[in-house]
Amino acid sequence: MQALAEQFFNLDIMAQALPLILAGLRQTLLICLIVVPLGLAGGLLVALISLSRLRVMRWTAIAAIDFFRSIPPLVLLIFVYSGLPFAGIRMSPLTAVAVAFLLNTSSYYGEIYRAGIESVGAGQWDAARSTGLRAWQALAYVVLPQAVRNVLPDLVSNTVEVVKLTSIASVVALPELLYSADMARSVTFNSSPIVLAAAIYLAALWPIVRLISRLERRIAA
Amino acid sequence: MSRFLDTFFNGTVFERYLPAILKGMVVTIEIAVLVVITGILLGLALAVVRSFRVLAINAVIVVLVDVLRALPPMVLLLLVYFGLPNVGIVVPSFAVLWLVLALVLAAFAEEIFWAGILSIPKGQWEAARSTGLGFLATLVHVVLPQAIRLAVPPLTNRTIAITKNTALGTVIGVGEILNQATAAQSFSGNATPLMMGAIAYLILFVPVVALGRWLETRFAWRRA
Repeated sequence: MQALAEQFFNLDIMAQALPLILAGLRQTLLICLIVVPLGLAGGLLVALISLSRLRVMRWTAIAAIDFFRSIPPLVLLIFVYSGLPFAGIRMSPLTAVAVAFLLNTSSYYGEIYRAGIESVGAGQWDAARSTGLRAWQALAYVVLPQAVRNVLPDLVSNTVEVVKLTSIASVVALPELLYSADMARSVTFNSSPIVLAAAIYLAALWPIVRLISRLERRIAA
Repeated sequence: MSRFLDTFFNGTVFERYLPAILKGMVVTIEIAVLVVITGILLGLALAVVRSFRVLAINAVIVVLVDVLRALPPMVLLLLVYFGLPNVGIVVPSFAVLWLVLALVLAAFAEEIFWAGILSIPKGQWEAARSTGLGFLATLVHVVLPQAIRLAVPPLTNRTIAITKNTALGTVIGVGEILNQATAAQSFSGNATPLMMGAIAYLILFVPVVALGRWLETRFAWRRA
């Protein structure tokens, strides 16, 4: 028991590691601030293309979505970071992380938007257009607000997944939260820094996870 | 162009490392199958236990499930892999990966099954109980068949996402596809093994993703 506390909940070591871990937290937030808004925008674009009237565009979008949903994000990240340099494309860890995560997460957001837009009846479109709204107006003012409301739990849930995903940036030596904690672990031979990082992830994500459960139940009921 | 082909689709490199990648595929499939079976069964078991509504037990389940859903699997992996040996428990990396992913899947599966159980109208329970079925019989024969049906599409997507996390095993040295591919890449100084690894994942997962897409329309949630 003593050994367990010493190994996982060593407050002295946590205090020492804290500055490093907070610097890591800033990097994690930076990745989120890049990937979440761009992913939401990219996902919407992908969804619109996948609902296009042109079969070629529809199939291309769906093929791309399924492609990026089939490749583990870590594989994509390592491919972008250490595979593309062979083709002369060299990126900083942050750029590589942003590119890989965007490709991955736009596909997931895209699928969610698509389900949302499909859940809004075709009559809504026709009615909106018949009042003289242009296509983009009908989309922005009539269809999307309802679509987003219908898939809100999934959108929030995917955003939590993006935040959790940032932890794999540690593999390309981007000093985010987990990387910093693992550095501290390997210097101190003690797991407490990782427990501290876990506590930070928990503090940030637990309320949202609870919220998702509630949202899901409200819609299922 | 030929330089590109030489770097990413090199025939000799392909032949030399094909056995390693295939070995990685076998390991990935082994872990994936173990994780899917144990994770989903454990999740279902937790949802069944939760439906008995014993306050103390449910509090433990909810906290456990929430923590496992909120923490990145990579954090859990490092915690278990590097933490346990220091308190005298040595677990092989394959087992660590299996344990962590199965627990994470169980947590998500429990939430999905539980949401399914809750969405079955009260009248179903009352009707079944009034025919003389006991609580457990009602749960097993009336509620769960409907709840599981509702759970299929979200559970499929979640299962695929978590199964892809087998790639995280490379960080703790499990010899799965990505691990074999990155090792081969650094030995050969060529990007072909990475390309092979990516294709191996596509071969394994594209059919599963397509199946998930089909299941989603087949068992669609009816949302207003």
